[in-house]
Amino acid sequence: MMGPVTTRLTQLLGARGWAVLAALVAVVLVAIPLTRAWLPPEHPLYLSDYFVLLTGKIMCYMMVALAMDLIWGYAGILSLGHGLFFALGGYAMGMYLMREIGTEGQYQSHLPDYMVFLDWKEFPWYWAGTEYFVLAVLKVILVPGLLAFVFGWFAFRSRIKGVYFSIITQALTFAFMLLFFRNDTGFGGNNGFTDFKRILGFSLAEPATKSALFAVTGLFLALTFLLCRYLVTSKFGRLLAAVRDAESRTMFCGYNTRDYKLFVWTLSAILCGIAGALYVPQVGIINPSEMSPANSIEIAIWVAVGGRGTLSGALLGAGIVNGAKSWFTVAFPEFWLYFLGALFIFVTLFLPRGVMSLLNARRRAT
Amino acid sequence: MTRGGWRILVSVLIWLLGAAPVAHALDPATVRQLAAEDSDAKIEAINRLVTEGDAAAIPLLKAMQDDRLQMLRGRLLIVGDDARDALTGEPVSVGAETPETIIIINRIRGVLGTALAALRLQVPVRATRLTAARALAVDASEEMLPLIQRALTRESDPEIKSLLAQAAAVLELKSPDSEARRRAVQVLGTSDNPQTKQLLTVLLVKAADGSFAEPEVAVREEAQQAIRDIEARFVVPRALGTLFSGLSLGSVLLLAALGLAITFGLMGIINMAHGEMLMIGAYTTYVVQVLFRQYFPGAFDAYLLAAVPAAFVITALVGVALERGVIRHLYGRPLETLLTTWGISLILIQLVRTIFGAQNVEVENPIWMSGGFALGGDVVLPYNRVVIVFFAAFVVLLVWALLNRTRLGLNVRAVTQNRAMADCMGIATPRVDWMTFGLGSGIAGLGGVALSQIGNVGPDLGQAYIVDSFMVVVLGGVGQLAGTIIAAIGLGEVNKLLEPYTGAVLGKILVLVFIILFIQKRPQGMFALKGRAVEN
Repeated sequence: MMGPVTTRLTQLLGARGWAVLAALVAVVLVAIPLTRAWLPPEHPLYLSDYFVLLTGKIMCYMMVALAMDLIWGYAGILSLGHGLFFALGGYAMGMYLMREIGTEGQYQSHLPDYMVFLDWKEFPWYWAGTEYFVLAVLKVILVPGLLAFVFGWFAFRSRIKGVYFSIITQALTFAFMLLFFRNDTGFGGNNGFTDFKRILGFSLAEPATKSALFAVTGLFLALTFLLCRYLVTSKFGRLLAAVRDAESRTMFCGYNTRDYKLFVWTLSAILCGIAGALYVPQVGIINPSEMSPANSIEIAIWVAVGGRGTLSGALLGAGIVNGAKSWFTVAFPEFWLYFLGALFIFVTLFLPRGVMSLLNARRRAT
Repeated sequence: MTRGGWRILVSVLIWLLGAAPVAHALDPATVRQLAAEDSDAKIEAINRLVTEGDAAAIPLLKAMQDDRLQMLRGRLLIVGDDARDALTGEPVSVGAETPETIIIINRIRGVLGTALAALRLQVPVRATRLTAARALAVDASEEMLPLIQRALTRESDPEIKSLLAQAAAVLELKSPDSEARRRAVQVLGTSDNPQTKQLLTVLLVKAADGSFAEPEVAVREEAQQAIRDIEARFVVPRALGTLFSGLSLGSVLLLAALGLAITFGLMGIINMAHGEMLMIGAYTTYVVQVLFRQYFPGAFDAYLLAAVPAAFVITALVGVALERGVIRHLYGRPLETLLTTWGISLILIQLVRTIFGAQNVEVENPIWMSGGFALGGDVVLPYNRVVIVFFAAFVVLLVWALLNRTRLGLNVRAVTQNRAMADCMGIATPRVDWMTFGLGSGIAGLGGVALSQIGNVGPDLGQAYIVDSFMVVVLGGVGQLAGTIIAAIGLGEVNKLLEPYTGAVLGKILVLVFIILFIQKRPQGMFALKGRAVEN
């Protein structure tokens, strides 16, 4: 009964892998939302809004880590500008959420508060159509995708690679950050977008909406994981590794490495954009500091800690670093940067294949 | 003796006596009115004192300005070390009572300032008159016109004279006599003060009913001519000013990037902690400044001279420690070096935050660096910027001499060109590595000294420069000192030339986009190495 496609799909993961994935999906998509809907908040199994927000956030970061792993771990291209694509997806969604506020802002205008403050009388042209959710979703995919495509097309065509590529991606996100910091750009300047009220008519303050956003994020994370898994286990994945390890040789074998790199680069940016779009309604704010070079470089360390070149490593790394961050910034805020800095040094010097290499070594030993 | 001569003599006497007994020439009713409840009455009294033009009013008004004019049992007192009657100047014993200060609101404070300036035009000290004339050229009121005109006939100093002529002209613009207005416009046309252009433009404003602010055609034509004259005189200084600010920004970029040109350009190390080397240099300057203030307050203005070697040595030591401790394990793995040095930069930032606090620290310009060189018009070249341009030239010379005229430089160039061969020739390459990295870091420290003189010194200082520094080095062409210099100065000039049209931020963004596009076109930078070296 099984066609070649279904066979291919079922073989994406081993039996244990599917079981773990199914269990996680069941917990995130079914168990947590249902317990939050039915149990009273005092119940020990009821998970608080704080927990759901934190986990939802980390799941968004995990999507970004998967995207980063695809481009860095598999294709060997270190991007220091992935925070830009994440923020652009977030801004695309944020524009829609700003329109959903309607006239409930501070100044009771149909314009966002900051535009009233700038004495603007109507929306600038690029805000046209932002009130439609479908268009917002399209933009979440198209804006980061197109930008990455154009940038990548030029960069890979001129065979910019290695640190040069890293440095100009950093300059790119830096330039965008400066642009978005300007009040006149029309995206709220320093403060960005915040004070969202509802999404698709549902109030963002409602626990049920929070549960739903959480579940949707979980679903997208699972789908992203399967997509990445599909790509890296296919011939395409092996070609990416070939580009990473010996680009010239791959080229001389007759493969057009530029197209492979361009595809995976654009896909990676789109995945980041989607993650950003899921992040913004949960966290309730998007501002230009998401585009700061420091944020983008932090993404690289999530992947490095987990172990680049393995998808579960990327997930693990994003989880560990962000979990540690939320614990540190509450417990010892002044030590977080020491810890993060030490992590950068320790991992690159002593654990080049990340935490996954420890786990694998253990598995092999037993 | 003429009346004017007597006046000067009296003023000299009064000035010599300082705050001593006030002459009796002042009208008691006017002086008493200074204590009136109503602010308008107070201003009227002040203006009347100005019209009378008696220098005896100076200590009185000065006291009022300093809140030392006080009222006790119906008597006005000037309170200083002791209390004296404002009219008679005789000492008054205050005893246990507290005199009531004459309250002055901000509007009165402004009137007092110019009133004092007008009265001080009679003071024989040139510096005092110059300050007074400067204040009046910007802001004078009609009551002062006779006083200013009188001062103008007496004044012999050309600088003060031209300032006074301007002040009088500004007031005469409101004169009912059209010929006087025309003459005033003519005088303003020779002014170097950019604000006078604004005054003249106002005359040409056309109201809704077709009438002009200035009814007389001849005066309007004169005003147009005057505006053209002023603008013509501003063209050259403004252009020079823009070129200079471009050069100055370029020097800052160059100082920020020169260290990187060595560590990244020559050694190929992606040092993301380079910005923090700048920051350490700036903080060293701060520490040296604090030490000087504490231990050698007499030589405070020389602290910068001590800060230069101190910053070089300290950042060089930090650099050597980094190279020996971490970076040498990562040679040949550029992306890993990038991440590791980023981690180092985070630790350094937090370390500085822990030691010095998260707030910016204050670094003071030495006296010889404050102020500026007036280029004409409203263009002033601040001395600190001028010094930085020369300092950048000095550092470039230093680096050039080190690389081209010393043994170390020869070794560095040899290792850069062919490490294996240099090794075979007996050059201790690890030693060359740490020395070169130390040199690059030390140069960054020198950049930090310069940055501390023009901007905020805080833990995040380096982060602001890291992208710019890399852009300069990459644009100039890796391994090319001359390229780095041209790229830095060029970027500075382009930025400043764009600024009037696009605003500072958009200009910077455009420049970044330009660099990104440029690198796509020429990945090796403006001055690409040719031949075999490219492959490495």
